[in-house]
Amino acid sequence: MFEQYLNIFITTVFIENIALSLFLGMCTFIAISKKIDAAFGLGVAVIVVCLITVPLNNLIYNYILREDALSWAGLEGTNLEFVELISYIGVIAASVQILEMFLDKYVPALYNALGQFLPLITVNCAILGASLFMVEKDLMFGESVVYGFGAGFGWALAIVVLAGIREKLKYSDIPEGLKGLGTTFIIVGLMSFGFMSFGGISL
Amino acid sequence: MNLKRYQEVILKPLIDENPITLQILGICSALAVTNNLSVTLVMCIAVISVISFSNLFISLIRNYIPSSIRIIVQMTIIASLVIVVDELLKAYDYETSKRLSVFVGLIITNCIVMGRAEAFAMKEKPLLSFLDGLGNGIGYSIILIGVAFIRELFGAGTLFGIDIMPEWYMSNNLLLLPPSSFIIIGLFIWLIRSFKPTQVEEDDFEVSSHSTAPNLTKQDLNV
Repeated sequence: MFEQYLNIFITTVFIENIALSLFLGMCTFIAISKKIDAAFGLGVAVIVVCLITVPLNNLIYNYILREDALSWAGLEGTNLEFVELISYIGVIAASVQILEMFLDKYVPALYNALGQFLPLITVNCAILGASLFMVEKDLMFGESVVYGFGAGFGWALAIVVLAGIREKLKYSDIPEGLKGLGTTFIIVGLMSFGFMSFGGISL
Repeated sequence: MNLKRYQEVILKPLIDENPITLQILGICSALAVTNNLSVTLVMCIAVISVISFSNLFISLIRNYIPSSIRIIVQMTIIASLVIVVDELLKAYDYETSKRLSVFVGLIITNCIVMGRAEAFAMKEKPLLSFLDGLGNGIGYSIILIGVAFIRELFGAGTLFGIDIMPEWYMSNNLLLLPPSSFIIIGLFIWLIRSFKPTQVEEDDFEVSSHSTAPNLTKQDLNV
């Protein structure tokens, strides 16, 4: 049991890293990786939101949307999979909003640190992508908790590493047109080639 | 509202304010779907239609959206449009729909759509917003098709699945791997910025000349 969860975690963090192997959440990944502090804050916010929304969407998928899922309510032969996308994005937008209010009221210190990143996360494709891949992999509830955490953790790891490299590059002499965005793209490309080396590992 | 404004709205996002190379929007899908031109073309058409119609509809109801819940309202409109596109694709081109897998769904969170809705459609008239969406969609497609062209031609030696390269050409499989598209986009940015130097980013700091050293002449130093 434990071993299986550990497998899912390691696979999601390294082999199928959501940023560097599946290329999700790239816009924020590239836009907010100038400073390590900001990158770390955003990374933690993504972990928290993934950890909440992936299991929630798992429950919604398994008990409402999937084929014949409503048999517990006495309804046979239903299939609501076509409203999948809109329900997931609804769950994500709502839970981000609730999390924001909750943190504002009860944990103001954390709210001040994460506050500005939370609205950005609704449109971060890493979150929606994690839910969609969770459905594609057909995970159970327990596995989806681990998957959500792993997905967020992998993304956070990648953005902090990228921010570290960009901080180091600040004083390098880079050709005019490549400054900023251009080099960042090339760095991410090289990092992602690096992460491909995990691809051969089978657990 | 004269003709010039319409022209500007549709032409500017092509190169001058390209969503991918300048605004950093919509990068995710640019990477995963570009190893094959025909798949890329389908993706581009999907994005162009979603972005222009979401801009149109959001702009139509812009005066009735309370600002506190505008994100959810925008999301609902965008998500409904994406579902329509997804179902159409499944019905008429199931093969491509399978190859695009979750990336059609991810158009919802493609920040070009959201970004243009927020930045343009919430303020401007419907027709103008529609054209802005069209322009941005095409700007996005130019980069995507450019990347896909290079990757398919040099990676597999084909275009739209038809052999193009002569037989002695050894295809470079490295280009078929997704990370290579990052590097190609990076080089595109370099190319565009070489022609448009105004897009070059400022340094965060400035290398000072030796201003702290006193201005000594040769006489002061007795040499």
